[in-house]
Amino acid sequence: MNKKSFGSRIVAAPYIVWAAIFIVVPLVIMVYFALTDSNGAFTLANFAQIGKFKKAFGLSVLYAVIATIITLLLAYPMAYYMTKLKISSQRMIMMLIMLPMWMNFLIRTYSWITILANTGLINKFLSLFGIGPLQLINTPGAVILGMVYDFIPYMILPIYTAMSKIDNSLLEAASDLGSNSLSRIRRVIMPLSLPGVISGITMVFVPSVSTFYISQKLGGNKTLLIGDAIEYLFNTGPQYYNIASTLSLILMVLILISTLIMNKFGDDEEVVI
Amino acid sequence: MKTLSRIYVALILVFLYAPVAVMILFSFNSGGSVWVFEGFSLDWYKGLATNTSMLTALQHTLIIAVLSALISTVMGTAASVGILALRKKISRSAVMSVTNIPMMNADIVTGISLMLLFVFVGNLFGLNESLGFFTFLAAHITFNLPYVILSVLPRLRATDMSLHEAALDLGCTPVSAFFKVILPSISTSIFTGAIMAFTLSLDDFVISYFTCGHYQTLPIVIYNMTKKTVAPDVYALSTLIFLCVFVLLILYNTLQSKSDSRRGFNV
Repeated sequence: MNKKSFGSRIVAAPYIVWAAIFIVVPLVIMVYFALTDSNGAFTLANFAQIGKFKKAFGLSVLYAVIATIITLLLAYPMAYYMTKLKISSQRMIMMLIMLPMWMNFLIRTYSWITILANTGLINKFLSLFGIGPLQLINTPGAVILGMVYDFIPYMILPIYTAMSKIDNSLLEAASDLGSNSLSRIRRVIMPLSLPGVISGITMVFVPSVSTFYISQKLGGNKTLLIGDAIEYLFNTGPQYYNIASTLSLILMVLILISTLIMNKFGDDEEVVI
Repeated sequence: MKTLSRIYVALILVFLYAPVAVMILFSFNSGGSVWVFEGFSLDWYKGLATNTSMLTALQHTLIIAVLSALISTVMGTAASVGILALRKKISRSAVMSVTNIPMMNADIVTGISLMLLFVFVGNLFGLNESLGFFTFLAAHITFNLPYVILSVLPRLRATDMSLHEAALDLGCTPVSAFFKVILPSISTSIFTGAIMAFTLSLDDFVISYFTCGHYQTLPIVIYNMTKKTVAPDVYALSTLIFLCVFVLLILYNTLQSKSDSRRGFNV
């Protein structure tokens, strides 16, 4: 037994076996499906077909990038203002932000239909002034709104955590050395909150780019995203497992690359989560 | 400036709670639509009590959440101890990289890869129906484990080694030293990991969707209901869940702040 440990490494064995079977092997099988046809023969034909899904990939990335940027722009001031409040109010607001997160996200998304529909709350309100009805639901804007809404807590929380760790004496030192509040934000708070921003961006981008429920409900099947395509193909039947695996594999590589790029920006161990 | 920032925080909270408010309001609708509020009634709540498919789903959800949280907490805590004991740095970082995969990957990819594994193995054994309770449970344990490990491991790493050595010097066996000295000092983070696993399992839709077969839990039932036009009963159900989470969160927060102050006192 290692001198620096509390027990034997044998106790990790069940987990290591479990992780091998349920994390590594499934990915290997996914690669196997992506590289074979429905008879199990090796082929690259699946990759030749992905041209058909170019639009879905493009839209997914575009919407996810827009949603991530909007989320960041909304969440950053929120996190900053939160750190300025009393500790007890900070705790309470944290709880209020996490509460909807632990509610079923299908319902949270679905309720937006009640708000955005042609006979929904916003249009009813507008009709009091003789405006509308505006087409709000089943638009790209509604899909992006859904993404921002569903995932904004994942942006606020890491940024807030990073900001609340910043030592107050650093800010005081900056003031003493002649910084005004704007340059304090730019030169002290922004660099030190970067790790939070990085993990926030990955935590919003990954679920946004791979979603299928939000686009189905708020995009009204007009906006086919890559998640929709994968879900549809898997549910249509085993003959489509191969092409769907290929799409999943590409999605995974895409996510991996974007995570690596983000980690490069941060080059900090905290970002891994 | 101060008022402006308060208004901003309030606006973001309004944005977060607008759909929740809509949901709660329409769960009391006496009419059958989620568009037109006709009047106040508790009919949809009463209807829930007799909706057997929803009650079965609720039961399934709780069974899976409790079991997967329990199993992943025990396995994850043991794994954390074992990972720290791994001698080579390379094997430690290999295990940690694999642990990070389900957290970094998109849920849809995790769900599909697990489904492919189950279908693949099912085909090997010639089963007609390869998805069900056990595949569902395995999937939930799998995505819970990283959260337990990432909650327990850092705390374990920060635990004072001399405590353990003192216990050994005073005649404890390594096993009883672990249970009597180390385990109590990391119990908060084990508890945090367990709660996290429980709530993640309770709420998971995407991975469940691909691995559940006919074993349906609440998120799956809700998904099937939102495929058709929704009646306010889904909103009533979600309002109830919302209240439960609210109470749990308040309880957890009070516990947390109590243990925070206790820790502060010790230091």
